[in-house]
Amino acid sequence: MKYRQARWTADGSLEPLVFELGGKGRRCTFSCGKQLSETNIPEGFLRASINLPELSEPEVVRHYTHLSQMNFGVDSGFYPLGSCTMKYNPKISEELADLETATNIHPYQSEETVQGALELMYNLERSLAEIAGVSRVCLHPAAGAHGELLGMLIVRAHFKSKGEERTEVIVPDSAHGTNFTSAAMAGFNVVVVPSDSRGRVDIAALGGAVSKKTAALMLTNPNTLGLFEDGILEIAKIVHKAGGLLYYDGANLNGIMGKARPGDMGFDIVHFNLHKTFSTPHGGGGPGAGPVGVCKDLERFLPVPMVEYSKKNKRYYLDYNKPVSIGKIKSFYGNFGVLVKAYTYILMMGAEGLEAATDAAVVNANYIMRKLEEVSGFEFKYPGPCKHETVASAEPLKTEKGITARDVAKSLLDYGQHAPTYYFPPIVPEALMIEPTETESKEELDRFVDALKRISEEAHSKPEKLRSAPTGTAIGRLDEVKAAREPILSWRMYRDIKDKVVQNRGASAENET
Amino acid sequence: MLREIGVTNVEELFADIPPKVRLKHGLKLPPPMSELDAKRHVKSLLSKNKPFTEMPMFLGGGVWPHYIPAHVRSLVQRSEFLTSYTPYQAEVSQGMLQALFEYQSLVAELVGLDVANSSMYDWATAVGEAALMCARVTGRKKFLVPKLMSPERLSVLKNYTSGPALEIVEIGYDGVTGQLRMDELGGKLGEDIAGVYIENPSYLGFLETQVQEIAEKTRGAGALFVVGVNPISLGLLKPPGDYGADIAVGEGQPLGNPVNFGGPTLGIFACRNEQKLVRQLPGRLVGMTTTLDGNTRGYTMTLQTREQHIRRERATSNICSNEALCAVAAAIYLTSMGPSGLREVAETCASNAAYAMKKLQKVKGLKVPIFDSPHFNEFTLKCVKPELGIETFNDRLLELGVHGGTPVQGEFPELGETAVLCTTELHTKEDIDKLVEAAAKAVEGKK
Repeated sequence: MKYRQARWTADGSLEPLVFELGGKGRRCTFSCGKQLSETNIPEGFLRASINLPELSEPEVVRHYTHLSQMNFGVDSGFYPLGSCTMKYNPKISEELADLETATNIHPYQSEETVQGALELMYNLERSLAEIAGVSRVCLHPAAGAHGELLGMLIVRAHFKSKGEERTEVIVPDSAHGTNFTSAAMAGFNVVVVPSDSRGRVDIAALGGAVSKKTAALMLTNPNTLGLFEDGILEIAKIVHKAGGLLYYDGANLNGIMGKARPGDMGFDIVHFNLHKTFSTPHGGGGPGAGPVGVCKDLERFLPVPMVEYSKKNKRYYLDYNKPVSIGKIKSFYGNFGVLVKAYTYILMMGAEGLEAATDAAVVNANYIMRKLEEVSGFEFKYPGPCKHETVASAEPLKTEKGITARDVAKSLLDYGQHAPTYYFPPIVPEALMIEPTETESKEELDRFVDALKRISEEAHSKPEKLRSAPTGTAIGRLDEVKAAREPILSWRMYRDIKDKVVQNRGASAENET
Repeated sequence: MLREIGVTNVEELFADIPPKVRLKHGLKLPPPMSELDAKRHVKSLLSKNKPFTEMPMFLGGGVWPHYIPAHVRSLVQRSEFLTSYTPYQAEVSQGMLQALFEYQSLVAELVGLDVANSSMYDWATAVGEAALMCARVTGRKKFLVPKLMSPERLSVLKNYTSGPALEIVEIGYDGVTGQLRMDELGGKLGEDIAGVYIENPSYLGFLETQVQEIAEKTRGAGALFVVGVNPISLGLLKPPGDYGADIAVGEGQPLGNPVNFGGPTLGIFACRNEQKLVRQLPGRLVGMTTTLDGNTRGYTMTLQTREQHIRRERATSNICSNEALCAVAAAIYLTSMGPSGLREVAETCASNAAYAMKKLQKVKGLKVPIFDSPHFNEFTLKCVKPELGIETFNDRLLELGVHGGTPVQGEFPELGETAVLCTTELHTKEDIDKLVEAAAKAVEGKK
């Protein structure tokens, strides 16, 4: 199967920018009608002009339809992007989140007019708390990293309340990059612990790393190698004995959901990625939602407001009365639209559905791992079984044929399949981090393995083809060095640079004459 | 598949989880629902909400209801956009990358600066990131903010800046006009100030009229000037870049995104094109480049050495997932409205507010607005009858089928029994007349 992505061109270039389209005076059909009064804004405060493009509605629709066709989503094909859990996103969730009773309500409406929204959030919180084995869950964070930051602020508040000065957060060398940054943003120094030969946290090293300065350990479990941290009880004991807290990065919850709960393993703070585990679409980068759950002791530090239910008044309400709350980390109450989708998903899955999803996700990842073990050029540094994802190394291909993990990833695009995450985690050379998810069929997985087999063969027969892949996508490989060295980040900057080029040309032409 | 994996049952794949923490009886959740049942359940739950399309409401304060042209919604929901991840693979993600480049470009034009990132979570977190950026750029640790800034944003700002222990210092306001106290600003500006932040229009709806002077004073002290905006207002008002802002932040929700009970939102973040600023920007940036052969123009995420996955604890921000799809909606919205459409929306918002203020001023027992300054589309309403609280006033309005503004007396007790009201192009003359009529009754205590 040879993949051809749409490639919209005009004048030899790809789809023009909106600033290069349209014509004077054009706009969409919407208009506001007659105005009721003069505004009370003095002339001096008004802007003279604004450089926005002028397109008719059909022009806008065609342009963005073209752009969408030059984009690849889960609905387009297999998307085994490791640690991103790109499972199918049920359409019913979109339909429900798009109801006027969800989209057209304002966060400052009086509580009696938003009882449905509050009840939904209340129910969702209870479900998430049950899934992770925690006491309460704050729904505010907009993304996983945002949840991490909140988690770290709670860690700080906890030790401040105890009058302890703890300055260090421990992070394994296999952790997501956000862990390091989130801890640093909250004012902690980051201490890195190595992984052992089995790809798990080196427990002896952890024992040596903890001290009275340890505020927390941030841990992803299953970790980014897709391996369950089977020493978790020992790890929890070491961290807690040192007086530290245990933080769960929920990016990989899809590997254990319904099988075991972070709270039962001793985690004190847990974040969820609703846009991963709970099937809300990722929208090309967001919006997501990264709720944070905590154990009983830490509840009081959670942001305001929390949704509560008054039995007396038989109504849901927003509780701001939390004297030691850290305050807010986002305006309002979280990405409500995303919460509706995750809630719908949990309703439809139920306990058995969530566990079945985990089973299928883990079977699919192990199937790929086993099949790829037989493909020459790839190897696995750490033995399985894995959980929901697995990290292959293309090191043999690189050593033998000079074909890198990047070449493999780019070549896969020509098979109509998205590339795995590559060069991560950094502890695996030429890493390809593969997360198939539970919503893929065996046939799709076989197609993926077959594609890698073909690529491995072509590394011998046609290495140049792999180095110049992809060719079936809207565009070939881009000059990323140029993009960073001479950044053009907006139409304005592009225009300025073009003007300069024209001026320079003019100047040199003058010099010549 | 199990046979090929080499196990006899699925459970073997979970044997590495210590038995002590294995769930014995599964999760305690309600039984699974069919799609039809789930639809019935969620629909019936949400039907307990009263949307602002069913009752005139006058709420703003950080998210604002606006008309979203039907094609904007339909385009942004296209599943190639909707179901894609962050565009790590540029070759197969040109559509999203170009749409985000266009968003960055359109926002830059709107705020009058050169560069915008491809989104933050919301206005509040954008202010937090702006303060952190000012501290990185200047090496200083104090950040000045207006006393009348949004309390929610202030709380987020304090949390975002608590790690590096920045000091947030408030500047007072003139009791008559609400304007920033220039003497106080002058007194506080010094070599320790990293940045000065204002909101324009302010949280209470009036315009900051001394922006040029604030910019000059700030620059004079070697600090950065940060301006927070409602982007709709920039269809009409002078943009921050024109009066000396180094950084502009704001809430992009009103650009083609629904109010959604306050989220998803869209944090706007823009700055001047100066290396010392651009290299310190938080968040993702999409840049224009060419294919390796130099022949075709294309787009890719760039300057990633600022970001968490490469720079780790020295990154400019931990943000990874952002609000990309909301940014795409904003790009489609701005492209659709064009300069004349956006101006018309902005003018109608302001005109509706002017009309509402004019009418409400005639209601005895109310002071509208409390500050003598020009207003955009939000304004204050104060109950001046001693026995009438703003909460009671709002309750009475609600009984009369109108939702009043957001009370602010909790956060700003010195302002008295006051609420902030908002009008947009969605409000009709009938809506506003109904508000005025209800307000007159509410003041009298009539139902």
